[in-house]
Amino acid sequence: MIGTQLPALQVVVPLLAAPLCLALHRPFATWALTLTASALSMLVSILLLGQVLAQGVIDYAFGGWAAPFGIAYRVDLANAYVLLIVTTISTVVTIFARRSVASEVEAHNQGLFYTAWLLCLTGLLGITITGDAFNLFVFLEISSLSSYVLIAMGTERKALTAAYQYLIMGTIGATFILIGIGLLYMLTGTLNMLDMAHRLITVADSRTARTGFAFLTVGLGLKIALFPLHLWLPNAYAHAPSAVSAFLAATATKVAVYVLLRFVFSVFGVDFALGTMPLALGLAVLGTIAVLSASTVAIFQHNLKRMLAYSSVAQVGYLALGVSLATPAGLTATLLHLFNHALMKGTLFLALGCIAWRLGSVRLGDLKGLGYRMPWTMGVFVLGGLSLIGLPLTAGFISKWYLVLAALERGWWPVILVIIAGSLLAVIYIWRVIETAYLSKTNKTAGAGEAPLSMLLPAWLLAIANLYFGMHTGLSAGIATQAAAALFGIQP
Amino acid sequence: MSVAGLYNYWIVILLMMTGFYVVISSGNLVKKIIGLNLFQASVFILYISMGKVADGGAPILREGITHYSNPLPHVLILTAIVVGVATTALGLALVVRIREAYGSVEEDDIHRQDESL
Amino acid sequence: MRDNPVLRVVAKIIIPMILLFALYVQFHGDFGPGGGFQAGVIFAAGFILYGLVFGTEALRSAVPPGLLRWVISLGLILYTGVGIATMLMGSDYLAYGALAHDLIHGQHLGIFLVELGVGVTVSAVMVTIFLAFAGRNDP
Repeated sequence: MIGTQLPALQVVVPLLAAPLCLALHRPFATWALTLTASALSMLVSILLLGQVLAQGVIDYAFGGWAAPFGIAYRVDLANAYVLLIVTTISTVVTIFARRSVASEVEAHNQGLFYTAWLLCLTGLLGITITGDAFNLFVFLEISSLSSYVLIAMGTERKALTAAYQYLIMGTIGATFILIGIGLLYMLTGTLNMLDMAHRLITVADSRTARTGFAFLTVGLGLKIALFPLHLWLPNAYAHAPSAVSAFLAATATKVAVYVLLRFVFSVFGVDFALGTMPLALGLAVLGTIAVLSASTVAIFQHNLKRMLAYSSVAQVGYLALGVSLATPAGLTATLLHLFNHALMKGTLFLALGCIAWRLGSVRLGDLKGLGYRMPWTMGVFVLGGLSLIGLPLTAGFISKWYLVLAALERGWWPVILVIIAGSLLAVIYIWRVIETAYLSKTNKTAGAGEAPLSMLLPAWLLAIANLYFGMHTGLSAGIATQAAAALFGIQP
Repeated sequence: MSVAGLYNYWIVILLMMTGFYVVISSGNLVKKIIGLNLFQASVFILYISMGKVADGGAPILREGITHYSNPLPHVLILTAIVVGVATTALGLALVVRIREAYGSVEEDDIHRQDESL
Repeated sequence: MRDNPVLRVVAKIIIPMILLFALYVQFHGDFGPGGGFQAGVIFAAGFILYGLVFGTEALRSAVPPGLLRWVISLGLILYTGVGIATMLMGSDYLAYGALAHDLIHGQHLGIFLVELGVGVTVSAVMVTIFLAFAGRNDP
């Protein structure tokens, strides 16, 4: 019986845990509850992925109302894969969060912190699993509102302005998405994505469809932090509590990219979205600019969290490039990079969280000689950094390799040059950190010592995952290939 | 259809652009939130006006009414209004905290204080 | 405003009516326009009026923030609980039909409980928001 209820449980477990957290309000109890709920969600998403691999697409009708009328959840390979990424990262980061949050968030706010965390998780999972366009908007706002709260809990007062800036831009983005969904509803009379896709075929060549598409892509572009719309991201990630930076960097933009893929491939169809509309060209140009400019800006940052945030903007560029190729291979590269980037950004932000816990700062100047004082933490950072650069035998290499192959297939030589240039720029900004941590003279001995095991362990877990998925691509690349094929297959 | 027949869209566009302009141009954090509200309100009207069916009555069973306006957009917008209230409350709460931390709700002031650090 | 007798007397007369009207909107939502969101806001309006006239400290002693937190959670748990109950009864999430012996009764009971959960949470959230802003500078 429980097997058929998995899609609902995926969202209900964290949704039920959130009010319990609010009521409990004690730091340790809420943390334990969050960890339990998160781990249970992970279990559910693993089971879901297994079910989808075994039986194909799962449909779930809420309240027993059949698909085009009621709200339906629809799990296929692509979103089962994203669900797994989100729940895994959330679980690993929650383990890390206890000590990190205890040092960065006031005790009386920690209950609220974990409540917001669970709501954010609920929202992200809901966005991913739902097959209903308006339901998607509601979950998008649940996750966005709770992430503004999480960011505002950062230690500095700049966290407040960062959260405010994100709130304004995020709400504009979400409202654009709402307008897009409204126009599509006006045109097709349905909110169910599958139904919408069928009905759009006959009316796709109308001004309403084009306008709706434009609003949706711009709104999602804001959520994804695609190049000119990325301004909220560096501040938000730089000033949020460490655990939140790790969680959001590894999941929030990924889920938004997934939504873009869902609309481009499943609702509008690849011919309309990447053929009739100039989205492919737009993504290619903006992706290129994102990779080059954001990587360059990252080199000049002194705050390491901000440096990684700019690097995230650059990584979004790779994702956009993969989509712009408009081939199954390109889409595979994008899906694979979703997974691998979640791993490497998670690793790097957790390493920075350990550093912030020990030093109370993540400024480059304070890291002198840290490689000898916190060898385990810096080890994690180095592994994550190598993966970010895309060195062979790391996860980052695999996704870049697939992207290069996909570009070769289309004969897009300039894209390969962009990837190489982006990797070289990544070498520079990661090297600055390694140089400071290992090769410069220690200027002070105070604050020596490692981070606690409960923080190091999750960080190492992700770092090792980077190596594992750099060598065994069966799970990540295998599912990404199948999911990409499925997304191309169900185009109308 | 004539331009006048689509007047609801003109209202929506006017409101939307007014709100958007206020969000972008105003340096006052509270005014930005007001602009954001206006922007969202325009979308509410867009949805509600699309639910109107010509000669349709309110979607409640009654004698002598054969077609009804579409109630679904109303339900959707009820949800969107709740989301809007939550956004406004959170935004204003942040403004209160910012005001306590910086002593100002003017963007320029806040930037100047951050720069001088 | 606490010293103005007219306001105090009028508030004392009006507040019970506001609360009663909220309950009407809540429970009549089954048959006519109404429902949890609207009723919750109206219910909260009664408390907010109380806070405006008698001061936020008085409101805070009437509904302590700790209690509000519980009430917010309670509404949400009621909502998700109904869904979980239907799942345990072997139906889909929020398929109210499973709640009673026949479909119509089940639908009535299900939407009644869910709207009650919504109403409880919305009213508590509204009062919390009011207290968070108006009572910000209280000692």
